[in-house]
Amino acid sequence: MSMFNGPYRRVTLFAGHYGSGKTSIAVNFALALRRAGFKTAIADLDIVNPYFRTKDSRMMLEQNGITLISSEYANSNVDLPALPAQTYRLVEQRDFHAVFDVGGDDRGALALGRYTPFILEENDFDMIFVTNFYRPLTRTPRGALEVMREIEAAGGIPFTALANNSNLAHLTTCADIEATQPLMEQLSDMTGLPVRFTAADAKIAQGLLLESVFPIQLEKRYYDIQEEI
Amino acid sequence: MADKVLMKGNEAIAEAAIQAGCRHYFGYPITPQTEIAAYMAKRMPKIGGTFLQAESEIAAINMVYGTSSAGYRVMTSSSSPGISLKGEGISYIAGADLPAFIVNVQRGGPGLGGIQPSQSDYFQTTRGGGHGDYHVIALAPASVQEMADLTFRGFDLADEYRMPVMILADGTMGQMMEPVTLGSYEPKQFDKSWAVTGTKKARKHNIVNSLYLDPEELEKTNFDRFEKYKQIEEKEVLYESYRMEDADICIAAFGIAARVSKNAIAAARAEGIKVGMIRPITLWPFPKKVFEESAKTCKAYISVELSMGQMIEDVELAIRCARPVHLCNRTGGMIPSPDQVLAKIKEVAGGLN
Repeated sequence: MSMFNGPYRRVTLFAGHYGSGKTSIAVNFALALRRAGFKTAIADLDIVNPYFRTKDSRMMLEQNGITLISSEYANSNVDLPALPAQTYRLVEQRDFHAVFDVGGDDRGALALGRYTPFILEENDFDMIFVTNFYRPLTRTPRGALEVMREIEAAGGIPFTALANNSNLAHLTTCADIEATQPLMEQLSDMTGLPVRFTAADAKIAQGLLLESVFPIQLEKRYYDIQEEI
Repeated sequence: MADKVLMKGNEAIAEAAIQAGCRHYFGYPITPQTEIAAYMAKRMPKIGGTFLQAESEIAAINMVYGTSSAGYRVMTSSSSPGISLKGEGISYIAGADLPAFIVNVQRGGPGLGGIQPSQSDYFQTTRGGGHGDYHVIALAPASVQEMADLTFRGFDLADEYRMPVMILADGTMGQMMEPVTLGSYEPKQFDKSWAVTGTKKARKHNIVNSLYLDPEELEKTNFDRFEKYKQIEEKEVLYESYRMEDADICIAAFGIAARVSKNAIAAARAEGIKVGMIRPITLWPFPKKVFEESAKTCKAYISVELSMGQMIEDVELAIRCARPVHLCNRTGGMIPSPDQVLAKIKEVAGGLN
């Protein structure tokens, strides 16, 4: 096996079906950028999801010297799809390596559209499609492809790479992830896009018999229970 | 590949409803349950079903009334303020003895409140919710798997007893993701000879109605309906008894509060405090007997709730106030932490010595 080791573009965008794990991956990718020595910012473009936002990781991101740009309304009771003005800095001043955590599905990607002209003009981006083949509506490459095309139409940026984030939360085994590799290869063939990495919980990542593994640290949630309910 | 899928609680309800044979969904979007509608919007057209975003919650519940009258499995879903709007329709459905499957993914209240999780619709749900003498069967899942399993059970209960069944979840249950196994449900057959499907001039026409011109007849209908409720209270109670075998202190909690409490119980047990939990899975019918029985040995109770204290009254009633019942709560969209529950357990345990 081998670990993911770039490339790191100036802008990396993570989009996909909602619940595919974009936020966990985006947060960990920002950490990887920082470790690689880049001045890093992460922007939460999610205007759909009411709970479990990038902002949950705020303290950890700030401790690691990563700038978080997130709606001041995230995690509040204000159900308002607003994006902070500072987001423009990331595409206009270009003084950070930026990670964009795009909202789920085409509805979430709609908010990306306003930054699209800047990102395309600069042309130093990686638009990565995150997928989990254990999600019910993206069990097959065809289901995933449908979501991909909808997101591209809404966000206006073509995908440039794929990331496999197939998992069953805390029950995930290496075998569960490896079993999705053929599906990922099919999706790669169908789209002509490379698989940038396969993400896995850092606790099991070492055991994976795959290339370009991206280990991720998961935030502990208040509802996690030690014993099975 | 594993036969499990990773689902949000809201999606698990939607997929389980489809597998239970529901082909008709009527709703109106509201956070934090919108994924149910979104899932139905994607899936229903592909399987010949109906997804309809109604012009309001009131319209949606009346579409449920109509579809159920015709004998079809049908559902709607909403969150707290939307359920209040549906209240009139739910009362009509109960009054017309129609099956219906309704989901409430609760958020903070009262009023427009907020979008964060809550359990403060307990009174509304367990006391009926709308006007008149009636009950809904109220099911309270505490995991994504239970969101699915109780959906299957809910559709069956609705058909068996011809009455509304409600899933009373909270925002966390709707939004959290866990692995789920689906596909083991076997649909049962129910007599729907009462349905309004056209007589084809071969039978007397059926009537679905909740209006009674004769008060004596309405009274008799209510008495008969409450006989049915009595049977349900005998037969359909569900609960989980957790580490109660030697418990001095009993926690009462459902849904997300029960998950938080389990972690607090583990921590308290590690410090030598004998604490357990009764987790009602049916909120109506409430598991009265198991609570009453527990009061023979438990010395104190703690009701852990995301409300100002609503289920606590049912606990007190069930044990006939034989023991003190304390409240450990957060409200308005906030969730008690395991540490808060642990502190309460210690405080109550301290009072016992």
